[in-house]
Amino acid sequence: MPGLTSSQTVGPYFHLGLIQEGQSTLVESGTKGERIALLGQVSDGNGTPITDAMIEIWQANAAGRYDHPTDAQDKPLDPAFHGFGRAAVDGTGHYRFETIRPGAVPGRGNAMQAPHIAVTVFARGLLLHLNTRLYFAGEALNDADPVLALVPDDRRQTLIATPVAGEPIPTYRFDIRIQGERETVFFEI
Amino acid sequence: MSDVFNDVPAGTHPAYDSPEYKSTGLRSPRRPLVRLPQTLTELTGPRPGADKLGPTLADFTKCHGGEAVGERIIVTGRVLDEDGRPVPQAVLEIWQANAAGRYAHPVDQHDAPLDPHFVGNGRVTTGDDGSYRFMSIKPGAYPWGNHHNAWRPNHIHFSLFGPGVATRLVTQMYFPGDPLLALDPIYNAVPDADARARLISQFDIEVTEPNYALGYRFDIVVRGRHATPMEN
Repeated sequence: MPGLTSSQTVGPYFHLGLIQEGQSTLVESGTKGERIALLGQVSDGNGTPITDAMIEIWQANAAGRYDHPTDAQDKPLDPAFHGFGRAAVDGTGHYRFETIRPGAVPGRGNAMQAPHIAVTVFARGLLLHLNTRLYFAGEALNDADPVLALVPDDRRQTLIATPVAGEPIPTYRFDIRIQGERETVFFEI
Repeated sequence: MSDVFNDVPAGTHPAYDSPEYKSTGLRSPRRPLVRLPQTLTELTGPRPGADKLGPTLADFTKCHGGEAVGERIIVTGRVLDEDGRPVPQAVLEIWQANAAGRYAHPVDQHDAPLDPHFVGNGRVTTGDDGSYRFMSIKPGAYPWGNHHNAWRPNHIHFSLFGPGVATRLVTQMYFPGDPLLALDPIYNAVPDADARARLISQFDIEVTEPNYALGYRFDIVVRGRHATPMEN
């Protein structure tokens, strides 16, 4: 199968037909914005890496606009950025995306949301995919974000991606723990 | 801002923790999900033409210079929103086992023959009326390790995006009259019997092509009261 490695599919062969080359790179040469990498590990209730997970992300462009007709904001679209990425985890449960840091987008009412990325998790044993959000450590708008405000204080850190030192481009780590200690906050949307 | 997508009635989707399906045990959140009122992030989502899902492939029956073995089928239906309106330009990603019940994947070690002329995945896009159609081979049942003598019913996997992140759907289509359905922990993880029944395609003689292939109809509804259940 093109683009598949044996580590990606176990049991129900979830990824057969879904994974294509290049899906984890959202940027091209003309993409506007600060290039970043996102990486992390997916693990289960025993802390064991999940090696058959697939992660999808959806985000606004650098100006804070989604490439979608429902987003009618007066902000520029970027013809070199569409906001969707998909990655299979490797044999150690790690995924990696190359993208740009999204701009802020409005929330409900007059609220502004902090820059964030919608993250969806798929895996064998997950009958429904899980929805979560990635926010960026050190972002001033986090304190006023209306969605982070819905999350109990002691769990909010599970949604904050943290900088990784020594990488060629700014890189953020966002681990996804499906169950147990420091379980990631998942959303009902 | 647009109206939000409606909720799905309780019992439509499986619970994350479905004890009869053993792999859910360590892979289901223990903390309650946090209710997130939909924002622009959830009301928008990836669109065909602006993504990287791969080329259209609507005929799985011919591959690598030959014809796949098995009972040819035509699967067609409509993708509808919560109000019964067609969802045009929705990309369906589809994958399945071959007629012998084996996936064309190196990890599948089930002792059943591979078919050099069947890969078993493809992509189709819905038309303006929300309809889709593809040709394939009826997938075989296969054993799995969930419990003693466990077999998955014949099924085809579907993945689609619909209009937004909130309408993302991955599910499985089954075939009418399959005796394995009553025994399958994945099919039966959907609590509501009516919702469960929506996962079973209908044989349709009008879709069937004389002297060529049997026809099955499978509509997919994203969100709302008649939503198609998730079965990732």
